Amino acid sequence: MVLADFLILGAVLFGLSVAGIFINRKNVIILLMAIELMLLAVNMNFIAFSHFLGDISGQVFVFFILTVAAAESAIGLAILVVLFRNRHTINVEELDSMKG
Amino acid sequence: MIPAPGDFVLLLPEIFVLSMACVILVVDLYLSDDERVISYWLAQLTLLFAAVITLSVGDGQSQLAFYGTYIADPMATTLKVAIYLVTALAFLYARHYLSERKLFKGEYYVLGLFAMLGMMVLVSAHSLLTVYLGLELLSLSLYAMVAFNRDAYPCTEAAMKYFVLGALASGMLLYGMSMLYGLTGTLDIELIAQSLGRQTATGPMIFTATFIVVGLAFKLGAVPFHMWVPDVYQGAPTPVTLFIGSASKIAAFAMVMRLLAESIGALQPAWEGMLVALALLSLAIGNVVAIAQTNLKRMLAYSTISHVGFLLLGILSGTQAGYAASMFYIITYALMSAGAFGMIILLSRAGFEADEIDDFKGLNQRNSWYALLMLILMFSMAGVPPTVGFYAKLAVLQAVVGVDMVWLAAAAVLFSVIGAFYYIRLVKVMYFDQAEDTTPLAEHFDLRFGLSANGLAILLLGLFPGSLMNLCLQVMAG
Repeated sequence: MVLADFLILGAVLFGLSVAGIFINRKNVIILLMAIELMLLAVNMNFIAFSHFLGDISGQVFVFFILTVAAAESAIGLAILVVLFRNRHTINVEELDSMKG
Repeated sequence: MIPAPGDFVLLLPEIFVLSMACVILVVDLYLSDDERVISYWLAQLTLLFAAVITLSVGDGQSQLAFYGTYIADPMATTLKVAIYLVTALAFLYARHYLSERKLFKGEYYVLGLFAMLGMMVLVSAHSLLTVYLGLELLSLSLYAMVAFNRDAYPCTEAAMKYFVLGALASGMLLYGMSMLYGLTGTLDIELIAQSLGRQTATGPMIFTATFIVVGLAFKLGAVPFHMWVPDVYQGAPTPVTLFIGSASKIAAFAMVMRLLAESIGALQPAWEGMLVALALLSLAIGNVVAIAQTNLKRMLAYSTISHVGFLLLGILSGTQAGYAASMFYIITYALMSAGAFGMIILLSRAGFEADEIDDFKGLNQRNSWYALLMLILMFSMAGVPPTVGFYAKLAVLQAVVGVDMVWLAAAAVLFSVIGAFYYIRLVKVMYFDQAEDTTPLAEHFDLRFGLSANGLAILLLGLFPGSLMNLCLQVMAG
């Protein structure tokens, strides 16, 4: 296994998550999942670099990203609950009350 | 590995704000609605003491702490004090607005303080890890603040959009950071700069710079990554819009400085071109689309986008004069923006949002003093002398001309002239249209006093810009 393998995996995961955010027009929960996937793609990069550079700080960064990701999804889901309560839908296409 | 005691002294402002935010969170639990004002005063006292501590800790030297992850330098001190000032204004303007709408909860102030703590960490960051943590603390608090009025529909929609695009921006930035870590093997901003300085620019480096620039552009709201700005500005409660549109812009400037100028400064030729495109597009789209708006908050959102274009102009020059001009620009812009949203708050009352341009009709007949203040604020945003907006634009343009990009400066001036139209239209509406709504303005003394001071500061800074400009130049040189 060489560094490039891990980087390609990270890039593919990252690309999938960006596509998930922009192509998905149906469900807000899928957006939240895509965001999580994006952070995991970055983690993959950090761990690969950290391993191949023999430097521990990249792995420390990953711990912080994981923690922040947990807080981020908590807030995202909280907003989602409030949104559903107000609008009775989580369809992305219907979130269009503001235009211009 | 125990940090030196001196490190904690440098960190005192952050430690103080964190402790006070926690104290207010707990104190607020035991307050009845009538006593809620105690939380407000505690928050304002926190800001005052934080400013005192920051000024006494910062001794004009650049000092590193906690193994180089935290820096206390003159730029950090100046920007932090500016952030306290603008946050204090935001808290002041928010007070009566929130209490009239039964939203006067401790959460606004606690979340505001946590967001401000994030800004402070961001401003003092000297490692990619600290940049990320500060940014997330700021963003997460802001997402919650936008959804603060949880029963109002546009607020939650705005919060969702802000959350998704904000998280996307963080992801882009993080991906860039991970590549940067891979290229240099360190997270320390100074070591990254040294490592990049030794190498010649390669494809992967340009790739990395692209991700970082895109992430920053999302956070700043530069075109073509600006989709969230108008919706969030319009949908969020006005005091929250005020906070996002003023204090957080100063922190965003600090982030751009730490990431672009300080860590990947060696790649300046690569990111210069990207910033030119972002700046031109922001100036064009921001100014032209703002003309079509009837909602004042949305118009100010597009105006923010065009101001971000100016901010980028100063930074892309890559010179100390350019950075200083941008710093001057963003500090004065934060004051203008706070004042403009403050005026919306002044004209609003329970059950009525004065966020349409038509709501300002005939303001001169209703109250000529506040019409004059709004005129000063609008002229300053448009860049009409003798207000500070003129001087800020001039300084940025000088920096751009200084690096031989006269055509760029000419384009910026052209778009500012287009932009002047919609600011002056508001002035016309205030002075030459008949007032439809003749309700007297809100009587709150502190709100009126704060707004008057805010408006006059814009005029005074425009007449005497020397001291603030010198401060910015000194900070960038030191």
